[in-house]
Amino acid sequence: MSDALLRVEHLVKEFKVKAVTGIRAVDQVVHAVSDVSFEVGRGQTLGLVGESGSGKSTIGRCVLRLIEPTSGSVIYDNAELTTMGREDLRQLRRKMQIVFQDPYASLDPRLTVGSAIAEPLEIHKVKSDHAERVAELLTLVGLSADHASRFPHEFSGGQRQRIGIARALALQPNFLVLDEPVSALDVSIQAGVINLLQDLQKEMGLSYLFIAHDLSVVRHISDRIAVMYLGKIVEVADSEHLHEVPAHPYTEALLSAVPSPDPVVERQRHRIVLQGDVPSPINPPSGCRFRTRCPRAEALCAEQEPMLSEIAPGHQVACHFPDSTPVSLRGTGNVRR
Amino acid sequence: MPDVDPSLTDASVGLSSESLSPGRLAYRRFLTHRAAVLSVFVLALLILWVVLSPVTARYGVNEQVFDISKGPNQNLPPSRIAWFGTDIIGRDVYSRVLYGVRVSLIIGVFSAVFSLAIGAAVGAIAGLKGGKFDDIIMRVTDIFLAFPFLVALLVIRNMFGSISWITFFTGEVSSVRFMVFLFAIFGWMGVARVLRAQVLSLKEREFIEAARALGASDTRIILRHLLPNSIGPMLVSLSLGVVGAIVSEATLSLFGYGPDPGSGATSLGLLVAGSKSAVRAGYWWLALYPFAALLLITLCVSFIGDGLRDAFDPKHGGGR
Amino acid sequence: MEPVLSIRDLRVSFKTPAGIVQAVRGVNLDVAPGEVVGVVGESGSGKSVSFLSIMGLLPPSATVTGSATVVGTQMVGVSAQQVRSQRGKKIAMIFQDPLSALNPVHRIGAQIVEMIQAHQDMSKADAHARAVELLDIVGLPQPDVRANQYPHEFSGGMRQRVMIAMAIANDPDVLIADEPTTALDVTVQAQILEVIENVRQRLNTAVVFITHDLGVVARVADRVEVMYAGNTVERGLVNDMFATPHHPYTQGLLASLPSHNKERLKPILGSPPNMISPPSGCAFRPRCAHATDACASAPSDLVQVGSTQTACIRAVELAGGAK
Repeated sequence: MSDALLRVEHLVKEFKVKAVTGIRAVDQVVHAVSDVSFEVGRGQTLGLVGESGSGKSTIGRCVLRLIEPTSGSVIYDNAELTTMGREDLRQLRRKMQIVFQDPYASLDPRLTVGSAIAEPLEIHKVKSDHAERVAELLTLVGLSADHASRFPHEFSGGQRQRIGIARALALQPNFLVLDEPVSALDVSIQAGVINLLQDLQKEMGLSYLFIAHDLSVVRHISDRIAVMYLGKIVEVADSEHLHEVPAHPYTEALLSAVPSPDPVVERQRHRIVLQGDVPSPINPPSGCRFRTRCPRAEALCAEQEPMLSEIAPGHQVACHFPDSTPVSLRGTGNVRR
Repeated sequence: MPDVDPSLTDASVGLSSESLSPGRLAYRRFLTHRAAVLSVFVLALLILWVVLSPVTARYGVNEQVFDISKGPNQNLPPSRIAWFGTDIIGRDVYSRVLYGVRVSLIIGVFSAVFSLAIGAAVGAIAGLKGGKFDDIIMRVTDIFLAFPFLVALLVIRNMFGSISWITFFTGEVSSVRFMVFLFAIFGWMGVARVLRAQVLSLKEREFIEAARALGASDTRIILRHLLPNSIGPMLVSLSLGVVGAIVSEATLSLFGYGPDPGSGATSLGLLVAGSKSAVRAGYWWLALYPFAALLLITLCVSFIGDGLRDAFDPKHGGGR
Repeated sequence: MEPVLSIRDLRVSFKTPAGIVQAVRGVNLDVAPGEVVGVVGESGSGKSVSFLSIMGLLPPSATVTGSATVVGTQMVGVSAQQVRSQRGKKIAMIFQDPLSALNPVHRIGAQIVEMIQAHQDMSKADAHARAVELLDIVGLPQPDVRANQYPHEFSGGMRQRVMIAMAIANDPDVLIADEPTTALDVTVQAQILEVIENVRQRLNTAVVFITHDLGVVARVADRVEVMYAGNTVERGLVNDMFATPHHPYTQGLLASLPSHNKERLKPILGSPPNMISPPSGCAFRPRCAHATDACASAPSDLVQVGSTQTACIRAVELAGGAK
């Protein structure tokens, strides 16, 4: 258990916002992340999936303390992050890095590519020759060392994303948070960046927290997947197992909603289309947060919040009525509870 | 090993064949703004004219065109001896306008630079830190903004003007240095607001988050990332500051509260102010030329400011 | 049967400070009544620009030539008034971002009524009743209440439904959907795709569905048009297109998608071309593993190869022999 590189326990993040009702301004609380716990194993990839309002991006930033968690603990390599002092945190930043979604906004337009990649080396006063290290990193991500003197706006989205990865790797981290790293790229370019991430993981023994909404990409790159809904983790399982036995009704609906590039399969699929919209994280439903859209909801779901519990080795679900029949057998009326 | 993709490693990447920094791109955009480019030339010529004053001025600032024993030298209309005519003491208006431009430019530029330095620091820190810090700083800014400028000027002049340790710091109340000090103290607020707004919008951009994630300190983020990406608004503030200071000096001089550098030295404002009574008597040249110079400088600086703003407009900034 | 939308040799170029961008370089298309055509492409393919040009929604810096007729009425090279008269009536468009298409200071109902009254002779009361009916067709609960609300009171998915309602208000023959679900969550996307399908069946509207998501195309389209660098490079029925694509670009696209086995992905090397000076002949040439010298002067016409029509001059050769 304590072999995991990253352990997050009971993480909570709440934002205060002001809302105007009538003539008064009322303080409201956005429950972005509510009591979330998970682990990332060494050299492993944990995929974190969810839709808008799930809180997945917030978690990514809380893990690095780019946003201060409201409560809970983040334990990296057996060191507690949330109570760490500024200097220790800065040291730890060498081991934990992040790659952002938008390749056009994540690089300072006024710095050359070389300066951007060398910045972490400067900040942490690394002794070695910076120019050499920058050249090494550029080659590592599939670009050319000559690119160092150029500016971000001269590159395509896929290339900029590679530059962002090079920058994140400069200090030789062990752990990367990847916040939707390929969502903003064209489909044919995504494949190249995904391959790069996998190669780097194998070569450097990296651990990834892969945050995304594109399930097919997450499935491809992740060892384990955690599904989030409205600030809570509703299901965690090995990547393949999750697709074979999605026990939580939300997971099932999510998987069913993802279009697959096979028209024959698509036309035949048993599709679950959820009704309604995602509720607001300011006023989440009582009990199980998914109950307002759940086809299986019953009275119990409104009264008692289901906690994450193990229904099979390595497979945890937060549901009062999880379905452990393999998905290929569903729709036949036989539901195994 | 990553897939060997020759197009990725191709060093000649990009739409343009030369590597253009965002600064260079802005420079190119500036060049398309005809009024601004013309203004740069005119202003450059003006500055050259002033710098070469030993050559370009025809007489000293307090020197009579010719001795009064040779004939009347007061209030002569423009002629070969005095291109812009003479004033009530017989001094060459042309030369005095030149010296006046020098003083006004000094006041304008130094005030604007100090305002920018103070305002940029205050605005950037307030914007980046946020929270209570930001609130306190902005309230201080508001207090300065609300302070009646003229009252402050009079108070400082009349009450503290004679106290030596204050004037050691600010300069004599009638000096140019005091003017610069005053304009800087009361001119930084606008810059602070602009910079704060700029920092607030930049703060949320991912490259700032990235710098934080790498462990950068606030100081580094301000100096290395925020300010360099705010050059546009800063240059615009600078140009507005120059215009503002020069016009303010002229206005103050008109009311008699301007600088009085002594021994005949003058500014454009003083020249215009001093011509008030003369114009009523019909000596129009005493007002026209200083006023025209004032107008020329403010127009040029304004056009340059416009050009700079368009050149650095974030919509066109640095690519996609 | 007469096609409801017929495009011939459509070309669109833009004047920019860097040069003339040739966004669309000769597109031909026929859309039959009631059919769903999926138009697939990545950035720079020209897929959105093609249809924006037909709708007359491009800025003045754009030059549009060619022909595009909607139920017989020409939309290219005619007066702005003529285009406007058909826009919303015979042909309607929905966009990726519904928020920008809705006026935040007017109620939803009023905006739909405006759309109706622009093309039909109806009293305000009748138009309002029709608006409520439309909101019901697109699946909004409590449509009468919703009609009196403002855009900010709707979620993303609901706004998209409103936009669909506005688009079908005058029973158009063709609906152009430009990436309508790209910005939506995947479960909401499923809802909206269902709405579009219902609308199509009920009103027998032809739909041109522009997207970069091959999964969505597989789900909704009858036929597929693949665009690259301003041209159509392949077209075919949806089953044929996915089963046996003949153009290397289409093949590359499908091969680069993650599949169920965790095989290493095969990206398409290189990047989309510079549309100011695109490569001569086949624009995909620099990225194609099968390119030959002849490709530099290849025409962009589509030729039937097997079950699809493709612009690749080596398609027959590559399909028959070893790759």
